[in-house]
Amino acid sequence: MTNHYIDLKNSDCILIMGSNAAENHPIAFKWILRAKDRGAKIIHVDPRFTRTSARCDYHVPLRSGTDIAFLGGMIKHIIDNNMIQEEYVQYYTNASQIVNPDYAFNDGLFSGYNAEKRGYNKDTWTTKKDEKGIPVRDYTLQDPNCVYQVLKRHYDRYTLDKVSSITGVSKENLLKVYNEYGATGAKDKAGTECYALGWTHHTVGSQNIRAMSIIQLLLGNMGVCGGGINALRGEPNVQGSTDHAILYNILPGYLKMPSGSVDTLAKYNEKNTPKSSDPMSVNWYQNYPKYSVSFLKAIWGDKATPENEFGYSWLPKIDDGKHYSIMHATDQMYAGKMKGFFAYGSNIAVSSPNSNKVRKGLQKLQWLVNVNIFDNETASFWKGPGVDPKTVDTEVFLLPAAASMEKEGSQSNSGRLVQWRYKAANPPGDALSDGDISMKIMDAVRELYQKEGGACPEQVLNLKWDYKDAFGKFNALKVAQQINGQYVKDVTIEDPTGKTPPEVNKKGECVPTFVKLMADGSTSCGNWIMGGSFDQKGLNKMQKRGKEDPTGLGLFAEWAYAWPVNRRIIYNRASCDLEGKPYNPKMKLLEWVGDKWVGDVPDGPAPPMADKEKGKYPFIMKVDGVGALFGPGMVEGPFAEHYEPLEGPLAKNPMSAQLTNPAMTVFKSDLDKVANADAKFPYVCTTYSATEHWCSGFTRWQPWLLEAMPEAYVEISEKLAGSLGIKNGEKVKVSSIRGEVKCVAMVTKRMTPFTVEGKVVHQVGMPCNYGWFNPEKTDNDATNLLTIAVGCANTFCPEYKCLMVNVTKA
Amino acid sequence: MKQELVKLIDLSRCTACRGCQIACKQWNELPASKTHNSGSYQNPPDLQWNTWTLIRFQEHVDSKGTLKWLFRKDGCMHCTDAACAKVCPTEALYHTQFGSVSLHVDKCIGCKECIVACPFGVPKYDETTNKIYKCDLCYTRLNGNQPPACVQSCPTGTLQIGAKDAMLKKAYSRAKELGGDANVYGDKFVDGTHVIYVLPEKAEVYENLPADPKVPLSIVVWKDVLKPAGLLVAGGVVAGAFLHYITKGPKTPDEETTSEGGKQI
Repeated sequence: MTNHYIDLKNSDCILIMGSNAAENHPIAFKWILRAKDRGAKIIHVDPRFTRTSARCDYHVPLRSGTDIAFLGGMIKHIIDNNMIQEEYVQYYTNASQIVNPDYAFNDGLFSGYNAEKRGYNKDTWTTKKDEKGIPVRDYTLQDPNCVYQVLKRHYDRYTLDKVSSITGVSKENLLKVYNEYGATGAKDKAGTECYALGWTHHTVGSQNIRAMSIIQLLLGNMGVCGGGINALRGEPNVQGSTDHAILYNILPGYLKMPSGSVDTLAKYNEKNTPKSSDPMSVNWYQNYPKYSVSFLKAIWGDKATPENEFGYSWLPKIDDGKHYSIMHATDQMYAGKMKGFFAYGSNIAVSSPNSNKVRKGLQKLQWLVNVNIFDNETASFWKGPGVDPKTVDTEVFLLPAAASMEKEGSQSNSGRLVQWRYKAANPPGDALSDGDISMKIMDAVRELYQKEGGACPEQVLNLKWDYKDAFGKFNALKVAQQINGQYVKDVTIEDPTGKTPPEVNKKGECVPTFVKLMADGSTSCGNWIMGGSFDQKGLNKMQKRGKEDPTGLGLFAEWAYAWPVNRRIIYNRASCDLEGKPYNPKMKLLEWVGDKWVGDVPDGPAPPMADKEKGKYPFIMKVDGVGALFGPGMVEGPFAEHYEPLEGPLAKNPMSAQLTNPAMTVFKSDLDKVANADAKFPYVCTTYSATEHWCSGFTRWQPWLLEAMPEAYVEISEKLAGSLGIKNGEKVKVSSIRGEVKCVAMVTKRMTPFTVEGKVVHQVGMPCNYGWFNPEKTDNDATNLLTIAVGCANTFCPEYKCLMVNVTKA
Repeated sequence: MKQELVKLIDLSRCTACRGCQIACKQWNELPASKTHNSGSYQNPPDLQWNTWTLIRFQEHVDSKGTLKWLFRKDGCMHCTDAACAKVCPTEALYHTQFGSVSLHVDKCIGCKECIVACPFGVPKYDETTNKIYKCDLCYTRLNGNQPPACVQSCPTGTLQIGAKDAMLKKAYSRAKELGGDANVYGDKFVDGTHVIYVLPEKAEVYENLPADPKVPLSIVVWKDVLKPAGLLVAGGVVAGAFLHYITKGPKTPDEETTSEGGKQI
């Protein structure tokens, strides 16, 4: 979240799209209701009428996978009706910059496309710079090639008729949402967007969010109270996995993962440190080497020296152009190219797409380690449906893990708030915390390396590995301090003016903020964004529980710690005008008073832009200091463009000649079958999690939750059920070209057919929480037997939200 | 000192997360039943001896053709003029100092009269123990100055508990704020319930919710008219059967037993 949960209450209009907040983030909904109490409009756009829709002002049904068409229409509507926050767009976004004349967009493809590589050369996705390297700007936004005009032309095709025909949303409903949300372009109004897996689980997942970011910038909703783009993330720990890099493509703190060709630290830092010659741009990432070197110091400790590039060569590198998502991993597994696999806290035989392929892949492993709090479909795959245990050679280790309340540590929530959590009970039996399990495994590996040697010994033996307490147990506090960062030697910093005494920092002290990190190896830091979660003397700010809220805006600055530097709303300087006065005087998030900012922790101390000498642009993380309406960040284009899902009801994209995302990776094994616009699988299906269950369903062991939501179901409209002769509560079979599952038909008024390109398209929906392993005697199995292993072209988040199925009586 | 409490259920805020349904089971150590999906989110399908509260799910299309998904937390209404307590021959069902209706499980003889009497269909019979069970508004928690488990679990502010006057005031102000068909349900019948709803729709729209609940006439006649007439009714067939229990039943509640309304875990 750019903002935080409590801040939802400050909004004037909340668009919940790509999220089922009431069901999947019940506590978030408390704050959404507070906004409603204040008179805010709450809008739900979703294929299904859910418990969220029930509490919103209204629900707008939309066909799965057509969010960009819907949002593109909104962009057009906002521009055509001049609903933008003009000053914000002029000065705080790149609307005024002039697009590279070689940039082009033609019938679904942006300039630079390489069909063979299924990817783009982004060289033309740039804006014009003057001789000093500073972007050229036309603040009148009239230059036909300025970003604003190019944006306007790009979305001109997203007419009401076109959008309605693609999405299945009536024109009346489109206008209702566009007008209501567009009204937050007023300077003193704020609109926010809540999304979750409903937006990320698509082949265009990142571009869904990108489209909304464009809207938020046009309406001046970024950096303000009650605004922002808010990813609702929950117990499955998406926030933790991105902040702390439990992903293949980043290092902690969103540092870039090095690839093979970037073979020296100098090259790595050069590649990832942006340069700006614009005196008004803070360009925060110019500090990149401080964070990368401090990270290497945290990993290799004293073994990391300037002479050995702080151990950069020991870091694992990904192969250039290769990806390593769970879908790539299971593809390798199925191809028989993988020896062993750690399914750590996961149940991939249920949770990964195209589970038949996953389960077959598991059979080809030599060994599988599953770390979990219960046995599950993954650890027991060898005795699953249709599997003869005698034919499976895979050796399976099921390591019992401590549950979340059985271990101590920090916990990150969506609002970037990191709270220290204490252990409530000891884990049962032999169960251990993840920290202890990791320690034991790595201790054993290191011992083996010491005795017998092995491949890449430096990485294993040089690892800084001193995170145990006096009893030999994993010490979460020591790890947290390493994540925060420490001085690894005494560092004295003289005041160049000589006015103040030198700043003395002792070896072993915590770094009080990431601003103090150094690129010369004097500091270590496991994750720069967390630098400042401890004070210099080691006080753990994540344990703070102050309840003061002097602003009345719900910032609660004394409650725990929010990265970065306890800033509760990021890009908050954009909440003020060029003089530093808040656009909305009723919500004074920040204000320039005298010679300083008052309110939230500002994005840097520099004065607002009206100060011609020292003033800075507000978007300090961007190299040019402004929000990017146009930018090279995504792999499939500088603007979001509508493409159909890999499997959908249409044979042709009504928007262009490109049916599907031209930059996505398509897997090619014999089990990666696709049935687009196929009469055998005529219904659009989406999948989701029920409130009562957790992801792949370890909650199925909890009798009360199972009692409330006992078995798999498919939500189906009365109209479709009527035409198929299916009665409510009847057992049915849902099949895709990849598999089939049995479940109960839930015939409901909450699902409605869509009219798409003049034809009726039915949509159904299924929860993903069930499996064959338990409860006893269940005839359920994973919904992911049906889904496709294809994902977002940027993140490889699977397209769980769109597939084509058939429904028949069981 | 009597501190009359009212639990307010503002259905306009309910997201049907069912935290209350599960929290009730947890606090009261009620086992789960084996259920099936019958084509609804509502499960168990009804109140049971081991399900004292549940969320009812109902799809409703209003007069303007707008689809509404109505959620209603069902459970004991804790009536002032409580038919269940009135008919209970052993005083197993009784009014607490908070105005709630609690149950001495050990005194229950499984006669099921309360089941017939209750206008809301709340008390449920368990064959194994030959007793009835129902919500006691977490009597032990109230005694410990804690809100009932359901209220504690509610993330949206749908459930609140407090002094009767304050809750009623809140309820009416909320209904007014909501406008339309929104109304307050509970204070106008059976001398007022200790569970009050703010209903966004008219009461008759909700399934299993009587629009005008009453203590059955037979009970009124028997308890309020015939019983005061003492021995004159001894010959009466119905009353005679119950007189047996009245005269045999324990005379005063045992203090130690009454403080054990719920089980702590």
